[in-house]
Amino acid sequence: MSSRFRDSAHLIRVAVVLLVGAVAFLALRAAVIPKSFGQFGPYRGKALLEMEARPVKYAGHEVCEGCHPDVAETKSKGVHAHVNCETCHGAQAKHADDPATVKPTLPDVAKLCVRCHSENIAKPSGFPQVNANEHSGGQVCNTCHQPHSPGFDAGGKK
Amino acid sequence: MNFTRRQILLLLPAAAAAWEFVKAGTPDQAPSYNMDEHWWGMLLDISKCIGCGSCVRACATENDVPEGYFRTWVEDYHREDWHIETPAVSSPDGGKNGFPESNLTGGQNFFVPKLCNHCVDSPCTQVCPVGATYHTNDGVVLVDYEYCLGCRYCIQACPYGCRFFHPQKHTADKCTLCYHRISKGLTTACCENCPTGARQLADLKNPKDPIHEFLKTHTVQVLKPHLATGSKMFYNGLDGSVR
Repeated sequence: MSSRFRDSAHLIRVAVVLLVGAVAFLALRAAVIPKSFGQFGPYRGKALLEMEARPVKYAGHEVCEGCHPDVAETKSKGVHAHVNCETCHGAQAKHADDPATVKPTLPDVAKLCVRCHSENIAKPSGFPQVNANEHSGGQVCNTCHQPHSPGFDAGGKK
Repeated sequence: MNFTRRQILLLLPAAAAAWEFVKAGTPDQAPSYNMDEHWWGMLLDISKCIGCGSCVRACATENDVPEGYFRTWVEDYHREDWHIETPAVSSPDGGKNGFPESNLTGGQNFFVPKLCNHCVDSPCTQVCPVGATYHTNDGVVLVDYEYCLGCRYCIQACPYGCRFFHPQKHTADKCTLCYHRISKGLTTACCENCPTGARQLADLKNPKDPIHEFLKTHTVQVLKPHLATGSKMFYNGLDGSVR
């Protein structure tokens, strides 16, 4: 038994070198790899949380309808029922957070309507589309159409 | 060590209790959102897209996408007769301001909205040399902007051209499927602002999501299915000429 360990000094030296190497490796690894790595998967968990924490700019139509039930009511009966508020009015999360100070500006009707309703052969054939100049002769759309419910009988401007 | 069957049976409940303790020790994320309960995709209905560019503008506003770069864009396709391999495609400014009135006649004409396909086996994730691009458990492909070196490998690798090099951040950038919105229960900015419902966010793990009924009753397709990327962007009415 003792004869087996008689000339073991060189083995111990190698073992010490390996051990020091392993400790150095583990220490370096702990210092370099971020703590959140592997929290959700093989990536930095904090990167995902940073992504989640970004601010929302479009409040969503449910939020708008909470304060503007009259418009929601008008809209729900017309052909624009499924066009959400911010599609025309722009991002309004700031207005929703602080309705008293942040006031939205009205959209430019002349530009806005033709984006969807100008004539184009690539549009689905059932979609209402017009040649803006021939259709109105330069008059703005909301002279005749009410954007929240754009049928003719609904009247203009609102 | 030798264990009798009796000893092992006695040890099992203790091991289970210990495992519960280990699991409880892992850090929690936002309590209301459990990413393991979702699997995100999107439905894009070409028969409904009117090429208004609302999605492109909404995406740029929501995500501060720099001018001239796109996380989503709309293409105008024109296919003559049988020329299925040579369609005329245009996308002026990504379709951001809609498309000009066209005087084309004949052939097939339609709009194709495009964005990151959030592939299950995404080529971009596979080529990243530093692991900066990753898959979340709810099926979204994201970029860790701190890890990204800006080597542009992923931009080359994406077969759909959905990535770009961000001129200010100097990293790769792409659609995040509005991760900051969907994790709060909102829909993406593009889906929220699509006036015709041509884009609909879909949670494929939610059995109540209308996507399942739609997939049962319609013939859908993904882009470049021969590449087997596992795309989760389902197109309804997709013409064979779309690349």
